[in-house]
Amino acid sequence: MDTDHRPQTDGAVVAPDADAPPAAPPRIDCRDIRVFYGATQAIHNVSMSFPDRAVTALIGPSGCGKSTFLRCLNRMNDTIENCRVEGQILMDGQDINDHSIDAVLLRSRVGMVFQKPNPFPKSIYDNIAYGPRIHGLASGREDLDAIVEKSLRRAGLWEEVKDRLQAPGTSLSGGQQQRLCIARAIAVRPEVILMDEPCSALDPVATARIEELIDELRKRYCIVIVTHSMQQAARVSQRTAFFHLGNLIEMGETEQIFTNPREKRTEDYITGRYG
Amino acid sequence: MLQQLGHLPMGWLLIALIAVFASVAFFTGRVRAERILLSGATELHSRPNYHGYFVTMWAVIPAILVALAYAIGAESVSRGQLTSELPPAFELLSAPELQTYLDSVAHAARSRDYAGTDLVFTAVTNRYLEILGGLNIAALVLMALGAVGGLFLARKRLAASFRARSLVERGMEGVLFFCAVVAIATTVGIVVSLLYESIQFFSVVPIWDFLFGTRWNAQTEAEFGALPLFFGTFMIALIAMCVAAPIGLFSAIYLSEYAGPKVRAWIKPILEILAGIPTVVYGFFALLVVAPAVRSLAIWINETLINVGLASEPLLAAQPTSALAAGLVMGIMVIPFVSSLSDDVINAVPQTLRDGAYALGATKSETVRNVVVPAALPGIIAALLLAVSRAIGETMIVVMAAGKSARISMDPTSDLTTITVQIVSLMTGETGFDDPKTLSAFALGLVLFAVTLLFNVIALRVVQKYREKYD
Repeated sequence: MDTDHRPQTDGAVVAPDADAPPAAPPRIDCRDIRVFYGATQAIHNVSMSFPDRAVTALIGPSGCGKSTFLRCLNRMNDTIENCRVEGQILMDGQDINDHSIDAVLLRSRVGMVFQKPNPFPKSIYDNIAYGPRIHGLASGREDLDAIVEKSLRRAGLWEEVKDRLQAPGTSLSGGQQQRLCIARAIAVRPEVILMDEPCSALDPVATARIEELIDELRKRYCIVIVTHSMQQAARVSQRTAFFHLGNLIEMGETEQIFTNPREKRTEDYITGRYG
Repeated sequence: MLQQLGHLPMGWLLIALIAVFASVAFFTGRVRAERILLSGATELHSRPNYHGYFVTMWAVIPAILVALAYAIGAESVSRGQLTSELPPAFELLSAPELQTYLDSVAHAARSRDYAGTDLVFTAVTNRYLEILGGLNIAALVLMALGAVGGLFLARKRLAASFRARSLVERGMEGVLFFCAVVAIATTVGIVVSLLYESIQFFSVVPIWDFLFGTRWNAQTEAEFGALPLFFGTFMIALIAMCVAAPIGLFSAIYLSEYAGPKVRAWIKPILEILAGIPTVVYGFFALLVVAPAVRSLAIWINETLINVGLASEPLLAAQPTSALAAGLVMGIMVIPFVSSLSDDVINAVPQTLRDGAYALGATKSETVRNVVVPAALPGIIAALLLAVSRAIGETMIVVMAAGKSARISMDPTSDLTTITVQIVSLMTGETGFDDPKTLSAFALGLVLFAVTLLFNVIALRVVQKYREKYD
């Protein structure tokens, strides 16, 4: 389908230093993805690719399959009974649904942030340290401390929590909890970060904070974000894909999708003519 | 005449009369309401049926009150009256003797089979029946008066604008409240009687000696140091929890996290059947299967140790009934309590927490160990506490399989006794209410009640706190 990887030119949202990633091969390349829940097909033959060091937004009305599609990328659909995924998802040229790929290891490479902040019932420190511990990423206590601090700094939470790392993660505010979850995902050094409506449970101030953070993280990671807010998609993403009824309708550079959509349905949706 | 009335089957009569009054009152009210409608009222506030219910309420409530008063008071009032009329010779009888005499009178009166006994007894029984007959008539008349009076008072109030519906609503609330009060009053009554008898006991045996004395010999030598009983109860409950806690918790984890819907649909009901097995059945299972097995195992260990040279004499008591046997079987019995409650709290852990762990690349068992169980921990602790209080109060298994010797011994193969076993043996057979032996059972019951109440309160508190966190 859409395979152009021209340099980004969207100067309005792209910070100068992270400008214009070179025409690298896509980080993730999906071919003919079909997802079934039992006998119902939720995704119909979707092919699309995600460039590295850029934010791709998935938009579309509720129930259009964008979250389901997102969950294919780290095989989270494996945890759902009677959910079946067909087609190829290539990450660095390797099919992630191949038998030789361990879903557990894959998920440490593809982090995920959820709609509702879901800190573990542990301290702030242990929330971050959990991933590095189970994957053996830290060689000692100081190393782990360093990972925790770095992850919290990258998530922009360090200054707020550095004096109470042993407080429970649930004691933070909603926005802080979401940044904690982002820090937790960063701590296992993923290559890709998936975000499933990460701001839908947050107020505008906390949302702005997360959006800044996403823009910051774009310099290092391939980010895929599902969002219901068209403004958010326009603000944070470089590429946008519009889903409708389990089909990928249109995909392109964000500016083009929002100013000059090729498809009538895309235009109807972004101008608010769809429910 | 009155004497014949003493034989009236009052229970059936009262119930039948209340039913008759209720139906008459209902139709009176409804017909009245329909008349009001026919006589030109544009609209009734409440539908005719509600007028019927309203009149029924007013007719039935006084009738029920009379019936309750009769059920509670008739026997003691007639006995009191009879006692006051007895000839002076009876004053020589002691209180328990008089009680027994009156019991036999009441029994003879009920069975009508006292012709040919001695003259005084016949005369007393006849008089008793007369008194009872008088009471019966009085009750029936009072009831009829109350019901009819209520019916007419209520009927007079009916009118087009009368809010029968709202009043019936309030009446319903009253009925529900009454039922709640009955349950609470029963509990309070039991606690008060426990307290009362225990205080009597503690006036004979100092509370300190009871709680911390180490010699228990209530049946014969009247030694009331209950510490060995507390120890036995604690020991057996501990053994039971050593069985029930891991098995119950792990099966709950399996059911909620690993089992597919088909397996779950099979295993869960089977586990719940375990909770439905009568404890007597567990008891003879413990006595006939587990206790002999424990004994032969203990004997084997003893012999092996002696043969190897690690011991010079038998180390374990190896008795035919043992704390271990009772504890093991009791553990099996409380598994469903642990597993079913833990299963509920584990299921209540939000799926998003599991997703969060999976998304970090945690395996299933890592997720369970590090995220799900810690999140469910307060609820799991509550489940364990409820199981403990269940184990402490359990009677049948220990009566059959734990033995009766009150001793403090760390050897699980020796026989121990528990609070509940002692209560059973104190309260069965010949008992008198003023005997310290019987009273000590109340004191034991009070301790048992206090301990299980404490566990339940803590468990409920913990559960509540946990609920607030995730809702």
